[in-house]
Amino acid sequence: MWDFIVGHYNYWMYIGLMMIGFYAMMAKRNLIKKIIGMNIFQSAIIFFFISTSVKKGVTVPILEHGHEGHGSHAIDVMQYANPLPHVLMLTAIVVMVATLGVALSVAIMIYRKYGTLEEDEVLGNMRKD
Amino acid sequence: MIEQIPILIVIIPLISSFLCPLIGLWRKEACHGWIVFSLSLSVLASIHTLLSIIQNGTVRYHLGNWNPPWGIECVIDHFGAFMVVIISTMSLFAAVYGKKTIEKELPGKTIYFYTIFLLLVTALLGIAVTGDVFNLYVFLEIASLAGYALIAVGKDRAPVASFRYIVMGTIGACFYLIGLGYLYIVTGSLNMEDLRILLPPLYANRVVQTAFVFMFVGFGIKIALFPLHTWQPDAYTYAPSATSVIISTAMAKTSVYALIRIIFSVFTLNFVTGFVAVFDVICWISAIAMIFGSVYAITQNNLKKMLAYSSIANVGYIMLGVGLSASTSLGLTPALMHILNHALMKGCMFMIACAFIHKAGLWDIRDFVGLGRRMPYTCFAFILAALAMIGMPPSVGFITKWYLILAALEAGQYIFVAVILFSTLLMIVYFWRVIEIMYIRAGEGEGNEIKVEEVPGSMLIPGLILAVLCFLVGIAWISGLLSPILEAVNSGFGLGVVS
Repeated sequence: MWDFIVGHYNYWMYIGLMMIGFYAMMAKRNLIKKIIGMNIFQSAIIFFFISTSVKKGVTVPILEHGHEGHGSHAIDVMQYANPLPHVLMLTAIVVMVATLGVALSVAIMIYRKYGTLEEDEVLGNMRKD
Repeated sequence: MIEQIPILIVIIPLISSFLCPLIGLWRKEACHGWIVFSLSLSVLASIHTLLSIIQNGTVRYHLGNWNPPWGIECVIDHFGAFMVVIISTMSLFAAVYGKKTIEKELPGKTIYFYTIFLLLVTALLGIAVTGDVFNLYVFLEIASLAGYALIAVGKDRAPVASFRYIVMGTIGACFYLIGLGYLYIVTGSLNMEDLRILLPPLYANRVVQTAFVFMFVGFGIKIALFPLHTWQPDAYTYAPSATSVIISTAMAKTSVYALIRIIFSVFTLNFVTGFVAVFDVICWISAIAMIFGSVYAITQNNLKKMLAYSSIANVGYIMLGVGLSASTSLGLTPALMHILNHALMKGCMFMIACAFIHKAGLWDIRDFVGLGRRMPYTCFAFILAALAMIGMPPSVGFITKWYLILAALEAGQYIFVAVILFSTLLMIVYFWRVIEIMYIRAGEGEGNEIKVEEVPGSMLIPGLILAVLCFLVGIAWISGLLSPILEAVNSGFGLGVVS
């Protein structure tokens, strides 16, 4: 049981981080706090992906850096770290930044319209219209 | 050139979208002509693809000549081509319709509206043609981001509605990304075809089952399936007119497409029926959505909000078709039919609702007194679409309900027959209410000369065409003109054979 918990520590951390973000998105009443929660949530997923590709005692996936030296093209996959999760996460980070940008600009629109970023006050001002 | 068409479907609107601001710098009025031109090209390319696929079968296109599973692959099968045609046609209609409304609602922002509009169409077409699960995620996010922006520029509560959608939509997309990560950990592949081959030995694995649940809930948010629909009514209601038309037709349907694609192409029928037993859950959730959406639609006074709640009910219809697909010989037929049917009906309805706002400034159903004589053609289109919605033969709504009832009877689920009939009854209530106020109820203006003031032709004609199509497509379904597509999709997913 202990081995199970320790052996999967990266997953526990990702789940914990994700739940923090999820809680902030659902329960916080301030729109900026919601956006921060959203960012934590997305970062947790990025950590999860990156942590799945971690391998000890291996090198970057470039042929010249192989343990056998360059020249021989018999490639042993075990000697390289998997680059794909990193590449996927580069795209995911771009998506994350774009989402953050859109979310912040919408928050600015809300602030200009209702003069506040507290969800309760926004809803209150909305009913007055 | 012709063999490049699968990727051109995505490239044409993408390139045009980036050229749009440049053309806007040169001449602001040329932008609308430009997007209509590029969307027309998309429509031609997609119709060409559909016809060639019906003749020669699935088209595969390897981007950059990298072979799958390493490279990204575009796969257009019958289902994908069917969706591509729906998306490109509906967006062309929305673009033609939108010209006058955008000029009135968003003066000074038209160029950027068109740019983001084309980006949205690009992403939706991308979802329909891609054969890679991560690529699907990227397109899904582009579509969502474009959607957030298009909703946020609306009037009144639009920014708040958009913000709520951002929070919900991001959770949905992230859940999909987690599911995708789990699949990648256990299989090492992201290609849909490859996953379908690699997954079967792992079906009993908890990781794969968790991945499915994450993906299902993620898409459940995107398609506004019943308990996850909370973002949808406000987003549809307060969005600008052109946005309402495109997100209620093309965008909602594309998410449904992506969900069906994940259920049947990545996970197969064996997994879904044998290992997670999700179809019963889908049926019951859809039944609740059908009743709930209709009941809420009755209580609304805002016409656009009524249509939004009606959309929740109609997503229930599509998902009921998916839920029943495994246990009948009809397979996915009712669901596929309703994807097209609902796009036509709801597109027409939203066009008319926004035409009332555009011309008369009326959004409250109680103020519609005498509208039947003020805007006769628009109201006529509304009646046609409402009749189709309620299910008058031979309209598209009738076809959906007929096939859904056949499917429910064949599956022995009589309770769903009752639900379909009851929700139809509720539909009659809320659409009749509108028609009654429009035509029959006499207002204070009775006796006075009511002058006819119709919307401009660019808004009226797309609505009328869609209203007529509601009936023509119904006849096409009956005559079996489109059944090759249905049969190919069902046999491709291993459906339609009852064990």
